[in-house]
Amino acid sequence: MSDLATYNFAYLDEQTKRMIRRAILKAIAIPGYQVPFASREMPMPYGWGTGGVQVTASIIGPEDVLKVIDQGADDTTNAVSIRAFFQKVAEVAVTTHTGEASIIQTRHRIPEETLREGQVLVYQVPIPEPLRFLEPRETETRKMHALEEYGLMHVKLYEDIAKHGRIATTYAYPVKVHGRYVMDPSPTPKFDNPKMHMSEALQLFGAGREKRIYAVPPFTEVVSLDFEDHPFEIQTFDKPCALCGAEHVYLDEVVLDDKGGRMFVCSDTDHCETRQAEGHFGAMLATSKEAAE
Amino acid sequence: MYVAVKGGETAIANAHRLLADKRRGDRTLPSITIDQIIEQLGLSVDRVMAEASLYDRSLAALALKQARGDMIEAIFLLRAYRTTLPRFGTSLPVETGAMRVERRVSATYKDLPGGQLLGPTFDYTHRLLDPSLLEDESVDEPMMREDGGEYVMRVSDILDGEGLIEPDGEMPQDHIAGDITREPMEFPMPRDLRLQALARGDEGFLLALGYSTQRGYGRTHPFVGEIRMGQVEIEFDVPELGFCVSLGEIRVTECQMVNQFKGSAKAPPQFTRGYGLVFGQSERKAMSMSLVDRALRTQEFGEDVVAPAQDEEFVISHCDNVQATGFVEHLKLPHYVDFQAELDLVRRMRAKHEAARQEQNDIKEAAE
Repeated sequence: MSDLATYNFAYLDEQTKRMIRRAILKAIAIPGYQVPFASREMPMPYGWGTGGVQVTASIIGPEDVLKVIDQGADDTTNAVSIRAFFQKVAEVAVTTHTGEASIIQTRHRIPEETLREGQVLVYQVPIPEPLRFLEPRETETRKMHALEEYGLMHVKLYEDIAKHGRIATTYAYPVKVHGRYVMDPSPTPKFDNPKMHMSEALQLFGAGREKRIYAVPPFTEVVSLDFEDHPFEIQTFDKPCALCGAEHVYLDEVVLDDKGGRMFVCSDTDHCETRQAEGHFGAMLATSKEAAE
Repeated sequence: MYVAVKGGETAIANAHRLLADKRRGDRTLPSITIDQIIEQLGLSVDRVMAEASLYDRSLAALALKQARGDMIEAIFLLRAYRTTLPRFGTSLPVETGAMRVERRVSATYKDLPGGQLLGPTFDYTHRLLDPSLLEDESVDEPMMREDGGEYVMRVSDILDGEGLIEPDGEMPQDHIAGDITREPMEFPMPRDLRLQALARGDEGFLLALGYSTQRGYGRTHPFVGEIRMGQVEIEFDVPELGFCVSLGEIRVTECQMVNQFKGSAKAPPQFTRGYGLVFGQSERKAMSMSLVDRALRTQEFGEDVVAPAQDEEFVISHCDNVQATGFVEHLKLPHYVDFQAELDLVRRMRAKHEAARQEQNDIKEAAE
């Protein structure tokens, strides 16, 4: 049993990769359409990025440079685990720098740095169906997509406004792709939605447990659903990042003490570190530096 | 002041090192061997093989040892290995009629050709803890009958002879059995795929669903036509040879549930079938599976879907414990980006609410 654990390059066998690449090609040809694929059991649990891992495993080659982020950060435990997986089974170069990566696998964020042509952003998707929480049945939702019957989604957003005075969806905010399919952008904050629009990079979405792949090809129109009198808005933050002073970026709230102390820092760790290296600093970094001196 | 959550890599490595330590436990005790697990925890091994859809006792035992006895973790380990194995063909349908029977009971006939054979069963044991097992006391050799090797006819064949039960589903000659592990699932599902999904479905989930049908949520009036457990031969058709070869034997448990009839103006009333087939010895699973199989045939018989056990999408989408555990447990992964978005929204809504309340108060005060 000692020769048990011999695995192919990037874990999956070549037949499986071909099958997944066919699904990806179909997804690219029909932007926003969820292509069923024969998702494999991966050596990490369902719900932990098996869809994204399968997509990455199918497109990665020895020359690729991989970046993996979770919540925008390279050093969160699951990102570390997935990066280590590809280092182990594919021996590819890895990086934390957005600009250097040819493939970026992500969970819940799109990097702050604008992606460019040739890069691929692979999203891990838990529930690919944007209509799922309005209609639990797959047989029904597929029909609704086929008939372009998206009234229910608009009713949901309208009910939000009626109840809360605003659209109460803050992440996984539904988008319409290329004027046809309503798509779930994965649970990224709606802050990131505008980055998907006309992106130079190829965006691939993998949902392992739900066995779906979908895609947004480069330079594709991605519009967040809204109403004329309630236009789509992204989150804004009152203060810049406490470490690098960046504005117009997505911030994480860090609880500092039990007396209500809070600080807000970049969720994109690479962006934050790069800015700090360039000499930018925010309020907290300045105080901590002074304290150290 | 601010310490970023760094060092994830070291933390993970250390956590796994601690896990390995906990798995091994007290070093003064001998490590449990794979053979001991296979021989003495055989039903655990059976469950892991069944729900991982891989018949290999050694690997299942290894998975159990590695998983510290956690069933679903062991099933997951074995499945993640199974998925990397190449497929070189499909075996011929197993002939359970030709089973070397180790146990066979029917609840519908007192006596029948082939007889009732209790075999190794917990049934009729008194569930009293046995202190003799605290020590390694010797165990008597079992009484075994001479293996007649004769064909033990199925109970369903007895009923079928009189036309009292619906025929066993016929498949077209050129039908190639689907494979839910190699093709994306689609609903509605043909029965062969549905049975595949149930065969690897979670024992506890299917048990609860089967139980719910007995308590009135989609009642099917079942009788255990027959449960049989034993060794069946696996045959493989080799196109180059032009004949099939035997690959060996595996142990399976089969349950044929006989359920209340259907009939129409054209067809006379007949009993209907529910079917369960599971790797290894697992009567609970085979029986639950056959109850759920029958419940899922509701629409086929023109009955109304009124209960969870009859709802194909509900049952099949949620019966896989590896999928379920992954998705439930993924909630412990960081979600702070999304949570931040929700925090922000709740704060804004609360501020607006507070402002509106303040305004009301001001108006009231001004009026007074």
